Amino acid sequence: MYVRQLSVTDWRNYHQAQLTLDPGAVVLIGANGQGKTNLVEAIGYVATLGSHRVAGDAPLVRAGADRAVVRTAVVRAGRELQIELEVTPGKANRARVNRAPATRVRDVLGILRTVLFAPEDLALVKGDPGERRRFLDELLVLRHPRYAGVRADYDRVLKQRNALLKTAGSARRAGAAGDLRTLDVWDGHLAEAGAALLAGRLELLAALRPYVVAAYDVLAGGGQTELTYDASVSELDPEADRATIGEALRRELEMVRAQEVERGITLVGPHRDELQLRIGALPARGYASHGESWSLALALKLASYDLLSSDGDEPVLLLDDVFAELDITRRARLAERATAAEQAIITAAVEADVPSSVQGQRYEVAAGEVRQL
Amino acid sequence: MYEGPVQDVIDELGRLPGVGPKGAQRIAFFLLAADSTDVGRLIAALQRVKDDVAFCKTCGNVAEGEQCRICRDPRRGDDVLCVVEEPKDIVAIERTNEFRGRYHVLGGAISPIEGIGPDQLRVRELMVRLQDATVTELILATNPNLEGEATATYLARLVKPMGLNVTRLASGLPVGGDLDYADEVTLGRAFEGRRRVDS
Ligand SMILES: Nc1ncnc2c1ncn2[C@@H]1O[C@H](COP(=O)(O)OP(=O)(O)OP(=O)(O)O)[C@@H](O)[C@H]1O
Ligand SMILES: [Mg+2]
Ligand SMILES: [Zn+2]
Repeated sequence: MYVRQLSVTDWRNYHQAQLTLDPGAVVLIGANGQGKTNLVEAIGYVATLGSHRVAGDAPLVRAGADRAVVRTAVVRAGRELQIELEVTPGKANRARVNRAPATRVRDVLGILRTVLFAPEDLALVKGDPGERRRFLDELLVLRHPRYAGVRADYDRVLKQRNALLKTAGSARRAGAAGDLRTLDVWDGHLAEAGAALLAGRLELLAALRPYVVAAYDVLAGGGQTELTYDASVSELDPEADRATIGEALRRELEMVRAQEVERGITLVGPHRDELQLRIGALPARGYASHGESWSLALALKLASYDLLSSDGDEPVLLLDDVFAELDITRRARLAERATAAEQAIITAAVEADVPSSVQGQRYEVAAGEVRQL
Repeated sequence: MYEGPVQDVIDELGRLPGVGPKGAQRIAFFLLAADSTDVGRLIAALQRVKDDVAFCKTCGNVAEGEQCRICRDPRRGDDVLCVVEEPKDIVAIERTNEFRGRYHVLGGAISPIEGIGPDQLRVRELMVRLQDATVTELILATNPNLEGEATATYLARLVKPMGLNVTRLASGLPVGGDLDYADEVTLGRAFEGRRRVDS
């Protein structure tokens, strides 16, 4: 699929801008702070109803305006769909699909699909395990929306169970018995939701892994990457089905129970797991160079792109400031990958950083105005 | 901040469930502008509900007097007991006209986050009611959310030694709507909970 048209009103530093985009590579060039990322962010917002940079909507609306509007025309399998989003901080947002108001804003999700790589994604490699868990879970939800419910259930059970452990723990420290009568029940729910989430992650990882390895190999011109799922449940068979994983979780919970009561937190479950990334024999986190980390984070995103493409529609690839951090050969290899996409929207502060092999439309972004070159 | 008495009303209203600061302000100014006989009726109704209405000694439903209307009704069966979280759930089930047994109101659901365990609910009263073997079926009609499910599981395990028939209300897609109107989470769950069609 590709975005044929993008128009923003009172979005970030834009009063009003409209771009008619071609499939293939589209390059947005401009000095720092001119509004390149803001445009990429707008496209990402239409796909995910969220920004990759901020949690709330307020910063998305131009300072001084009450609401922002983003309109896109998306071409999917030869058919054009128009999506319009009105963002009003503090109020419910509104959506229109082909000019008709959508019953729920969420109905827009899934019409436009994007895979975005931005400098923030370096945290996928360098950041806490939570970053990598979130990466897996978000991709999981994108492929199978029902995991949004599984994730929410798991988070809720975890909160309830932790609250119980904490109260019982402090009661015990104060010399009382502590009420653990309902702990078994919470264990059951935790194991059930946890097993569903774990099974989903393992299945996803099995599907994603070959794409990550291949993408890194292409970018780095050789260089082995390895992705392993370090579960907090010991001896987890990656091929196990949900029921087996659930039983393993329950067993493990029983084993650590005393420790859990003492510490007042749940010590086993997908919230404690880690997606280990390695380059060669060494862990990426703490060892990999800046360029290597960047390449690996990029490989994770390119792999998401490949996996989603293999599911059906090719998403739109959004590459924000990606070239500047790579050496010349890696730039050339990335250019090859990017130009093969149905549409890749690329930003750069310095035009020379984008290999000349990246043909296609070029826009100049300056002070919230866009001009086709 | 407003003049003393106005702010007092806003503060009191703001404590009510489902009323935010904006709503409290709107209601306060509505009352301020309203006819004093209308406001008098509201005051009297509030006073009456506190003076005359209490909770049923047997089931925990709201009642005028010792026992509620349902517990007093001789035409209802004593063998099936339906456990709900709140009195309002009784109203909902009564509207269906499908249930002729009795109720037991727990007064909430187990939720450690809010400090609610079995002792904060009317669980002991339930166990007392089940003692004499009159009840043969226990319907667990707690809410279909995590806390309601956890409460149902807890109760089911607790009464297991009593050998009752324990049932749980089915949940799934809303009836009467279109499939495409269900959100992806509900629909996804319904898929997981699909059942065989007898033919
Ligand atoms: N809500 C807003 N209202 C007005 N201006 C805003 C708003 N949010 C962000 N901006 C401004 O938008 C400008 C451009 O931001 P953007 O991130 O798009 O820059 P960029 O072109 O990607 O720059 P860089 O090359 O440094 O990444 C920033 O200077 C910022 O101050
Ligand atoms: Mg930028
Ligand atoms: Zn009663």
